[in-house]
Amino acid sequence: MFTYVLRRILQTIPVLIGVTLLVFSLMHLIPGDPAQIMAGESAPKEQVENIRERLGLNDPYPVQYWNYISGVLQGDLGNSVRTGRDVTNEIGVRFWVTVELAFYSMILSIFLGLIAGIVSATRQYSFSDVTLMIVALFGLSMPNFWLGLMLIQWFAIGMDVPSWIPFIENTAWFKPSGWGSFEQIVLPVITLGTGGAAIIARMTRSSMLEVIDQDYIRTARAKGAKERVVVYRHALKNALIPVVTVVGLQFGALLGGTVLTETVFAINGMGKLVIDAIQARDFPIVQGTVLVAALLFVLVNLLVDITYRYLNKRIDLN
Amino acid sequence: MPNTNKSEENILEINNLQTTFFTEESEVKAVDGVSFTIPKGKTVGVVGESGSGKSITSLSILRLVDKPGKIVGGEIKFKGENLLDKSETEMRKIRGKEISMIFQEPMTSLNPTYTVGQQINEAFKIHEGLGKTSARKRSLEMLKLVGIPSPEKRIDQYPHELSGGMRQRVMIAIALACNPELLIADEPTTALDVTIQAQILELIKDLQQKLHMSVLLITHDLGVVAETCDYVAVMYCGKIVEFADVKSIFNNPQHPYTVGLLSSLPPHDRDIEGDLPVIPGAVPSPDELPVGCRFAPRCAHASDICNTLPNLVTNENGNQVRCWIYSDKWDGNPEVEVNAERTT
Amino acid sequence: MSEPAIQQPATTPPQPKKPSNLWMENFKNFYKKLRKNKAAMIGGFLILFFIIVAILGPFLTPHDPDTPDVVNKLQPPSAEHWFGTDHHGRDIFTRIIHGMSITLYVGFFSVILGATFGVLIGIVSGYYGGRTDSFLMRCMDVLLAFPGILLALAIVSVLGGSLRNVIIAVAIFSIPVFARIVRGSTLAVKKLEYVDAIKALGASDIRIIFKHILPNVTSPLIVQATLSIATAVLTAAGLSFLGLGAKPPTPEWGAMLSEGRNYLYSAPHVAFFPGIAIVLVVLAFNILGDGLRDALDPKMKK
Repeated sequence: MFTYVLRRILQTIPVLIGVTLLVFSLMHLIPGDPAQIMAGESAPKEQVENIRERLGLNDPYPVQYWNYISGVLQGDLGNSVRTGRDVTNEIGVRFWVTVELAFYSMILSIFLGLIAGIVSATRQYSFSDVTLMIVALFGLSMPNFWLGLMLIQWFAIGMDVPSWIPFIENTAWFKPSGWGSFEQIVLPVITLGTGGAAIIARMTRSSMLEVIDQDYIRTARAKGAKERVVVYRHALKNALIPVVTVVGLQFGALLGGTVLTETVFAINGMGKLVIDAIQARDFPIVQGTVLVAALLFVLVNLLVDITYRYLNKRIDLN
Repeated sequence: MPNTNKSEENILEINNLQTTFFTEESEVKAVDGVSFTIPKGKTVGVVGESGSGKSITSLSILRLVDKPGKIVGGEIKFKGENLLDKSETEMRKIRGKEISMIFQEPMTSLNPTYTVGQQINEAFKIHEGLGKTSARKRSLEMLKLVGIPSPEKRIDQYPHELSGGMRQRVMIAIALACNPELLIADEPTTALDVTIQAQILELIKDLQQKLHMSVLLITHDLGVVAETCDYVAVMYCGKIVEFADVKSIFNNPQHPYTVGLLSSLPPHDRDIEGDLPVIPGAVPSPDELPVGCRFAPRCAHASDICNTLPNLVTNENGNQVRCWIYSDKWDGNPEVEVNAERTT
Repeated sequence: MSEPAIQQPATTPPQPKKPSNLWMENFKNFYKKLRKNKAAMIGGFLILFFIIVAILGPFLTPHDPDTPDVVNKLQPPSAEHWFGTDHHGRDIFTRIIHGMSITLYVGFFSVILGATFGVLIGIVSGYYGGRTDSFLMRCMDVLLAFPGILLALAIVSVLGGSLRNVIIAVAIFSIPVFARIVRGSTLAVKKLEYVDAIKALGASDIRIIFKHILPNVTSPLIVQATLSIATAVLTAAGLSFLGLGAKPPTPEWGAMLSEGRNYLYSAPHVAFFPGIAIVLVVLAFNILGDGLRDALDPKMKK
């Protein structure tokens, strides 16, 4: 196990180098002169030169990369071209907002996905199974930004409720923007979590159905175990192992999805930061945010792989 | 003479059991009117090729047939009570407690995510309500009983750390944990190496004596039958074609199919010259069964009357055979000698 | 969610078939299996219908997609304007019909592009092995290290926002999945003895790849391509929604949604209908993809 963890960590090193290389190259893949583009079409020459100098764009590429990577290793992601602020700081302020959003959404995805998947698998081809799977299919076919807009319209702007329903007049229960209070958190989390829930539900279902057919499930029944025990003690534990990998991948999708969700709900997180920076052509911020997100994802995947290996080692020694 | 016995001496009586698999296109009668009995303390073997319905018969007894299979008729009397009338809750109290079962694939029949000990403990927890400590003590005893060396170490290991033979011993330990009166062993040795096979069979025989169990042994291996069984049921395409005590089966087989099975066994008393005889043809696919005798298309003696299904008839020895040759209505060669082909 | 298809790819390479199995035979088998699968047929017909709409629809719509009609702006759905009008008074139904071809074009084209590169990389990687393989696969790992839509976003941010660049970004984004599938299958086929035999007979690498390896990966490739189109449509719409793809007045659905965003209070239908259109198209590809996987990949069938 230890050697596996070590090997797995060593394996991520070339990936990390590749990621930094790619992020670094972003600036140089810009068609035309990056300094000019960042400064703006009509910017005076001195300003362009100034930017070029500040970003070290006159140095040869290897030197630039070396400077970049040594900066990154010290936690220095450069400065914003627009405001001159420290990129690390800018991201730091927003990092936890995005992580919180992704984390809550992940919890929601796992919770809903597991319940739906288990219910579906234990009642295969029943009404609830078919309904849940159709809902899941819609869930993963839905653009989350659209779902977000619809949720805002239905539950933040709200709709009037017919008068014969007591106590409720209007469905404007939540806030359409911002982050922090419960009323602000609910809608973005549902928006971002739905797709993941759908995928986890489908995966859990198919994994459960596969496990239910296994010989050891028959053994458990032959022992006289109750059906509930068979499903939850014997089947679920085995069925969850492949679901773990999906959860890891799903985290990446969630992290990417925060860009859209934060835009829809005007949440001041990393996603919104990167979009604003792209629109302002502020590349150091784009680079920094993309890099941090990728690092986070690589880290989460590393943890998931190790967990998977730990869970799976009992099954398969190879 | 199993069928003349009274019911209190039989631990299990199966009458006209029918288990059918329903698919969109067809209904497959995997078990089609099977009847036999298991006398108390005896071992009954059910022999047949794969697809003969022998495994489904065994699963039907514990009502563990998976969908789309369903028991559609007959009765399974265990100690005089019909298991098919029991509720699911009542059945659960019987499974693993009064009737236990072990399966063909020890490699996959144990849950990979629980230790050996946890899996044996479960039986004690379910049927005797034991706590962790006492269940563990009993599990250790069981592991010793089934001959697992250093049980204190094995009890905390996971199935993947054990060999196939070891795992089958664990399966037996689980099955016998609560002293069942009937053990159903569904091809318990098929997946194992030859030397291990002998050990496991020996173990089952041994424990049967010790615990006074009855055993239903499902196998396709007549050699296994010869070593362990008191009575044998030969199944073909969902029906029993012959039921007899083990001596009669080997010395004086009646049904041409039984004869065929026996002649394809390598004799152990002499060397074989040339190829072993094989039964010509193949088992018919379950949705294209012949209308009459299921074996007729492959039978060397088949005659016109074989297009009608023969009944299972009890002869003067108390043995049963399903073949027209032994009836008055036989219209084929009157001099037919079924046994003759064994010596050729 | 912006990447539904990646999570459950048909990554299990099928058992390689004997060399006698040619393209044509594969195709016939494929169609036979497909016809038995109801879901696949429904998805397929839906997509066919969408393609017909994309081609013929623009000639049949009663309004012009681009001409503003300020008097009738933000009208709710009516007999005249089935899906209402937007903030310029343009008929939303007409615009959605006109946008169909853009959506399908982006979906098909980016996946074809991505698949082509993915297949190439996968074959080279699996067939030549060794350092080439490790290098290419590490590159794919790097691409996969960018979470979700972020890679496409970064690419578009560099290249500049336009429909063409969205296609390029989405194509790059979908390369790794294809590369991995093809690499796996190539490795499986390469191990077979007959490949050594035909090599010994002097068959060229190209010939082995085209006659013996590619036919074996078609099934998982088709499944993945279908699911990837669903993802591509979602990703492209997302980029346009963020203002990085098609620009107004192009009737691209993501861009329309983005415009509708400003009228959620007064005219919610402006954002509602383009979203429904996206859902339907993505749903059709997902249904077809699921069906194809069940039909073509018995291992995954449940």
